Amino acid sequence: MMYKSLVGLVTKRGLASGVEHTARMKSFKIYRWNPDTPSVKPVLQNYQVDLNDCGPMVLDALIKIKNEQDGTLTFRRSCREGICGSCAMNIGGSNTLACLCKIDQDNTKDLKIYPLPHMYVVKDLVPDLTNFYKQYKSIQPYLQRKSFPEDGKEVLQSIEDRKKLDGLYECILCACCSTSCPSYWWNQEEYLGPAVLMQAYRWLIDSRDQASHIRKEMLENSMSLYRCHTIMNCTKTCPKGLNPGKAIAEIKKSLAFE
Amino acid sequence: MLSLRNSLLKKSTAAEKLSLLVRKNRQFATTSNAEDVSSKYNVIDHEYDCVVVGAGGAGLRAAFGLAEAGFKTACVSKLFPTRSHTVAAQGGINAALGNVHPDDWRWHMYDTVKGSDWLGDQDAIHYMTREAPESIIELEHFGMPFSRLESGRIYQRAFGGQSKDFGKKGQAYRTCAVADRTGHAMLHTLYSEALKHDTHFFIEYFAMDLLTHNGEVRGVIAYNQEDGTIHRFKAHKTVIATGGYGRAYFSCTSAHTCTGDGNAMVSRAGFPLQDLEFVQFHPSGIYGSGCLITEGARGEGGYLLNSEGERFMERYAPTAKDLASRDVVSRAITMEINAGRGVGKNKDHIFLQLSHLPQEVLKERLPGISETASIFAGVDVTKQPIPVLPTVHYNMGGIPTKWTGEALTVDEEGNDKPIPGLFACGEAACVSVHGANRLGANSLLDLVVFGRAVSHTISDTLQPGLPHKPLPNDIGKESLARLDKLRNSEGPVHTSAIRLKMQKAMQKNVSVFRTQETLDKGVEEVEAIDKTFEKDVGIADKSMIWNSDLVETMELQNLLTCATQTAVSAANRKESRGAHAREDYPKRNDEEWMKHTLSWQKDTGDAVTLKYRNVVYKTLDEKECPSVPPAIRKY
Ligand SMILES: Cc1cc2nc3c(=O)[nH]c(=O)nc-3n(C[C@H](O)[C@H](O)[C@H](O)COP(=O)(O)OP(=O)(O)OC[C@H]3O[C@@H](n4cnc5c(N)ncnc54)[C@H](O)[C@@H]3O)c2cc1C
Ligand code: SF4
Ligand code: SF4
Ligand code: FES
Repeated sequence: MMYKSLVGLVTKRGLASGVEHTARMKSFKIYRWNPDTPSVKPVLQNYQVDLNDCGPMVLDALIKIKNEQDGTLTFRRSCREGICGSCAMNIGGSNTLACLCKIDQDNTKDLKIYPLPHMYVVKDLVPDLTNFYKQYKSIQPYLQRKSFPEDGKEVLQSIEDRKKLDGLYECILCACCSTSCPSYWWNQEEYLGPAVLMQAYRWLIDSRDQASHIRKEMLENSMSLYRCHTIMNCTKTCPKGLNPGKAIAEIKKSLAFE
Repeated sequence: MLSLRNSLLKKSTAAEKLSLLVRKNRQFATTSNAEDVSSKYNVIDHEYDCVVVGAGGAGLRAAFGLAEAGFKTACVSKLFPTRSHTVAAQGGINAALGNVHPDDWRWHMYDTVKGSDWLGDQDAIHYMTREAPESIIELEHFGMPFSRLESGRIYQRAFGGQSKDFGKKGQAYRTCAVADRTGHAMLHTLYSEALKHDTHFFIEYFAMDLLTHNGEVRGVIAYNQEDGTIHRFKAHKTVIATGGYGRAYFSCTSAHTCTGDGNAMVSRAGFPLQDLEFVQFHPSGIYGSGCLITEGARGEGGYLLNSEGERFMERYAPTAKDLASRDVVSRAITMEINAGRGVGKNKDHIFLQLSHLPQEVLKERLPGISETASIFAGVDVTKQPIPVLPTVHYNMGGIPTKWTGEALTVDEEGNDKPIPGLFACGEAACVSVHGANRLGANSLLDLVVFGRAVSHTISDTLQPGLPHKPLPNDIGKESLARLDKLRNSEGPVHTSAIRLKMQKAMQKNVSVFRTQETLDKGVEEVEAIDKTFEKDVGIADKSMIWNSDLVETMELQNLLTCATQTAVSAANRKESRGAHAREDYPKRNDEEWMKHTLSWQKDTGDAVTLKYRNVVYKTLDEKECPSVPPAIRKY
């Protein structure tokens, strides 16, 4: 098969890289786990990629490996521009989006890629996000109002009020932040985690929403909020530059002043 | 939920048992007959009133509309809903709200017909533009975080092809926007709205084929990637909302997952696709990566420059300039490049300049593209121009439907005939509101208006909870056999290599400028790939759990079905209209060609058959909104 012959080709080129100065091989060590053989422990598999013949992003390298060396390598991807949130994984020690993460061009250093930490793995780099999605649903992430304008038009919102949603609504639900949070690692069943709490805040401060009382009560009762110890891993890791840690602090503040 | 289980088919749910089966298959590279194949897979049956395939803007709007109307509704999607490609839409969504200046939906209607180069069906355009304001207000009431004007109303910006007073009074501000992240905001809003209703989501299920019986569509068969099970969703009504097939081309703004699956499912079921030759090239895809820079960038005052620093659009479209319709701007860019006035080392692209815009405009209105330009072009938009190139962006063609969302075919006499049980909406459908060229910000509108129309039409004609007529026990076996064959394929060429060959062939031959020679070449090359696909292809992953190698291969087969029909339809249409621009037939020819192309191709490798359908010229109500008579299209 094509991919097999390519594997041969790449290894040969890798060995010959001293002579063939066109190739610039870098090692990618990628977490592999096959659900068909659940008793076999996960391994880090080594792939060599020629940086001179590869796009700039880690996702480019993953796709290149899948296309040319190993069709069984499994990961999620869709938009390739950092907006769909599919390709979240742990790259070189931090959670980020493979499609927005530039490959470190220093090819003497290898790059380790793992799935998002502390999640069940379905296969290779594909984590199970079922619980994360359930938590999102639990905060009722939609506008709640008793009535709408009689003229049948939009609910008015001032530019300033709308501005309060900036930095919150842009979340792409990639789960990079939640899976970097130690509190979330150890209490996934009870703790909503930064991504979902930030969305809870987004609805809490939307000037058009009239359910803030119920929303606050829900947050207060779940106690889930207070598992955040303001470690701020979440904010550091967010590939969209959002600040869930601050959003959580804001919720706490608004509850304290109730 | 896991209602009827078919006794003829394997029932094992235990993962071990399944993987055992899988491993056994590995040893016998099979070409076994279909009956044997179905016994190897774990098939689970479901019964629903309605099944919606796709959870992008169109699929979600249809699905929760149906759930809201009391139908037991399944929504099957290969992606988690908010990861659908609607999320990437930037610029906005059109509706004559009149928040910036007095506006009239009839003006929007006129612009859309003109934009379509008179290939759009005027009844559907009438419906869409009339329903637009209500649909936007509905989105706002769901909580969509629209940008705002001083008045507190929804912000509206300028976009290509939008005018006031039937083209007579200059640029209209009609495009409602959430900064430059309109699609993201809309998709997340629609998903959360769906959470309010009882829609059953089947996420990361890959739909393979329609279930058809006696000429009726009775549901779909899908592969659950998570555990490798096969699911048959039996339904009274099946709605296809699987989006476009941009990935048939080498350079496109669309996601890896835009592979025309729904279109191909309809083809394989023996029904036609419509107007596939009309492929929109967006004027500003980032050179290299293909990532989109929204037309909103020009709407906010950005403009295009050639290597001489000239604002060349002034020459091609003296009135609308950089905001002329997309086909016009893409063609102009291509002509500049062909005349040697391209920029860069190879003089093969053009600059989009934004640096003259006030910082606040860039920050408030175009934050997303400022970021994208920096990441994918290494450009600081406050100082440098963005290198751009016309890039494949949108498929005007698709599954032919009426304005009600009902999918159509034609009878022997060429009259429209609804396909029993089948609906389509969104980019997968061809209503046709976009005709030969879609106007920017009319697609998001199309999704919500016709997603909703589907739910209305079904509520008007079906009652919830009706019993299902019996179906053959082995229904869907051809589909399973196809899966089995691809999964065990041992051909010499990997999926990715065949895909690349197809993408290059389409990019080179079925592009912005077309001649009989290039198009015939395109047909020849793509047909050759299509013909040998099943023989050539070989994949590495033989497992059933999250086999993305297999999914990509089924997607490639779907792309080939779309690409082949696109090339054949394009080579056949001997005129220039909208996005279909031919150097050898530079004029629109209404006498011969004011008609839709219908194309059929049942199996991979089959020859494509073509027929035609009349364009609907009359509006829904000529008194409320008279049709727009054909005229020469000038901007
Ligand atoms: C970069 C970009 C920017 C754009 N900007 C704008 C804009 O500003 N304004 C505008 O009006 N339009 C814009 N468009 C066009 C518009 O976004 C798309 O046409 C529209 O979003 C398509 O929506 P959809 O619901 O039809 O399909 P999609 O959003 O593509 O969704 C398809 C759905 O089908 C599912 N699916 C597909 N195949 C299968 C299968 N085999 N089995 C199960 N599920 C399947 C997917 O999981 C997904 O949920 C833009 C397009 C692009 C590419
Ligand atoms: S700030 Fe809170 S949510 Fe964020 S990482 Fe720390 S504990 Fe987790
Ligand atoms: S806040 Fe950032 S890291 Fe967290 S889910 Fe949203 S986009 Fe991802
Ligand atoms: S592929 Fe969509 S975020 Fe990376």
